[in-house]
Amino acid sequence: MSPAATLAVALRALRRNAMRTGLTALGIIIGVAAVIVMVALGAGAQQSIEAQIRSVGSNIVMVSAGSGPAGPVRLGQGNTTTLTPADAEAIRDGIGGIRYLSPSVNLRTQIVAEASNWGTQVQGAGAELSLLRSWPLEQGSFFSEQHVARADRVAVLGSVTRDQLFGAGTDPTGMTIRIRNQPFRVVGVLSPKGQAAMGQDQDDTVIVPYTAVQKRLLGITYLQNITISAEDGVDLTRLTAQVTALLRTRHRIAEGEENDFMVRTLEEMASVLTSTTTTMRWLLAGIAGVSLVVGGIGIMNIMLVSVTERTREVGLRLAVGARDVDVLLQFLVEAVVLSVTGGALGVLAGVVAVQVVGRMTGWSASVTADAVLLAFGFATAIGVFFGFYPARKAAALDPITALRYE
Amino acid sequence: MSEPLIRVRDLVRTYRVGDVDVQALRGVSLDVEPGEFVALTGPSGSGKSTFMHLLGCLDTPTSGSYALNGRDVSGLSRRALAGVRNREIGFVFQGFNLLPRTTAVENVELPLVYRPGMTAAARRAKAVAALEAVGLGDRLGHHPNQMSGGQQQRTAIARALVNDPILLLADEPTGNLDSRTSIEVMGLFQGLNRSRGLTILLVTHEHEIAEFAGRVVAFRDGRVRLDRRVAHPQTAEAALRALAAQPDLDVAAPA
Repeated sequence: MSPAATLAVALRALRRNAMRTGLTALGIIIGVAAVIVMVALGAGAQQSIEAQIRSVGSNIVMVSAGSGPAGPVRLGQGNTTTLTPADAEAIRDGIGGIRYLSPSVNLRTQIVAEASNWGTQVQGAGAELSLLRSWPLEQGSFFSEQHVARADRVAVLGSVTRDQLFGAGTDPTGMTIRIRNQPFRVVGVLSPKGQAAMGQDQDDTVIVPYTAVQKRLLGITYLQNITISAEDGVDLTRLTAQVTALLRTRHRIAEGEENDFMVRTLEEMASVLTSTTTTMRWLLAGIAGVSLVVGGIGIMNIMLVSVTERTREVGLRLAVGARDVDVLLQFLVEAVVLSVTGGALGVLAGVVAVQVVGRMTGWSASVTADAVLLAFGFATAIGVFFGFYPARKAAALDPITALRYE
Repeated sequence: MSEPLIRVRDLVRTYRVGDVDVQALRGVSLDVEPGEFVALTGPSGSGKSTFMHLLGCLDTPTSGSYALNGRDVSGLSRRALAGVRNREIGFVFQGFNLLPRTTAVENVELPLVYRPGMTAAARRAKAVAALEAVGLGDRLGHHPNQMSGGQQQRTAIARALVNDPILLLADEPTGNLDSRTSIEVMGLFQGLNRSRGLTILLVTHEHEIAEFAGRVVAFRDGRVRLDRRVAHPQTAEAALRALAAQPDLDVAAPA
């Protein structure tokens, strides 16, 4: 039997029970659509994380104060006092390929304006932070190296903090805010940047010279972090190694001893996040795949019914010279047509659902070609797999028994 | 003497039903020459249908040999038997076995669909010719449910003829038809036998139907009991005249 004739017979048989065909295909449609939506949402989440990481800058190296040396009491991350402004200077002067550098000391506290107050993150930073983070100002200007050198009480507000303290759209430059009872003059407001990869709002912040935090607010001389951005084309792995070597020398860490600091690139953090979302994505797709398998069982069920109903037809076809393989192919093609049609409609439904969900939730969800191919291929494979047993059963029928079947 | 079309020797067919062996055929030997019109008769369970299934390559014998047109087919594979059925044999069934919701011409084309390398146009031409040969040239596009029983059986006969078989097998072809239509169908078989020299084997348990054949082979308990030539077979014209002469019982019944 020619392929075209086999296909025509399958289509005719499917049309004959349109309702049944539709309901069976629905199982596959839902399964395929679910896979596509799940993968698309996962991919969207991944893309937004990657975009946020890019917005911070992919050429960034973070040096953080580490855990203290091994001893009876280990204080944990960020509790050593060995990272100093002098280290920052040494990195800047001793290592090539650095574009911007900003030491930082942060604290969380309540800040007070004339009539309102707001609890937020106070970041002590260097004058280059705005450049380092590619973070332009909306109003005023960033504080200068002079401000840092003099430990001046000046502040640059994040847009959320500005909105909370002074009201949205106002220009607070020149106004005074109080941080731990110390007056700080507002010199600028940063433009909105949105959420960071970890979910915190980057605009909910106040940035002041790190020297001011050290001297005026905390009374300390050490640093919590040093953020470095590399020049284009600089190998971050090499830069990391250089920084590590320099700090080990400066901190007099003997060979074999642990670092009292940590050097990481944002790419490393990003890759951890990405692999997590990738795992989630495949997990979701796997769950959706279960519904595809259930759809496949529906196909098998209906094909078994179809074979039973058409036993006499099979008997006749065998009697007039159909070979087993002709009968096998006839039912197999029917099952595959069912699953492929369901798969195609499922892709359509999935694409529509992704648009709707994306618009409703504001998530960036995009249908990827590999998701479509995966779902479609899986649907076809399910048609073959679950169609084979009923088709085999039909092909193995004894012509006489089949002809006499009532 | 020419080679017989059918040469059967000591054909045995045993079925296993549960733990019991049922001997449907207990050693049948029979020769059928090309161009013969043979009626196989006998009560149900006599083995005539089993014999026909074996002749039609729908079944394989437990023992014995069967040569069709000089070729031993008793040991062929399922696949090879399908090929023999497709090219050498035409089947007509009691229940017509037409595909529903499928036109007459598409039903007739069915055997040719399983013949590789045949174009759709060639299939259609042969199917139309076969339907014209049975007098249904004006019913090509009709569905089975739009046709009378006689027309449906004639469509089924056209389907059996479409592959130019050397052997036509009919299993109780008049079992679902009224007397007049039965006679017409038997007339059609006789015509095909005479005009084309087509060899026909027909299973029936009706004596009147068997009388149309040139030879009657009677089965009983899985064996051939009687094999006789019919000197003057019944003709459709005579049978129809006799039918018309019969008093119509329904009308003549006293009120």
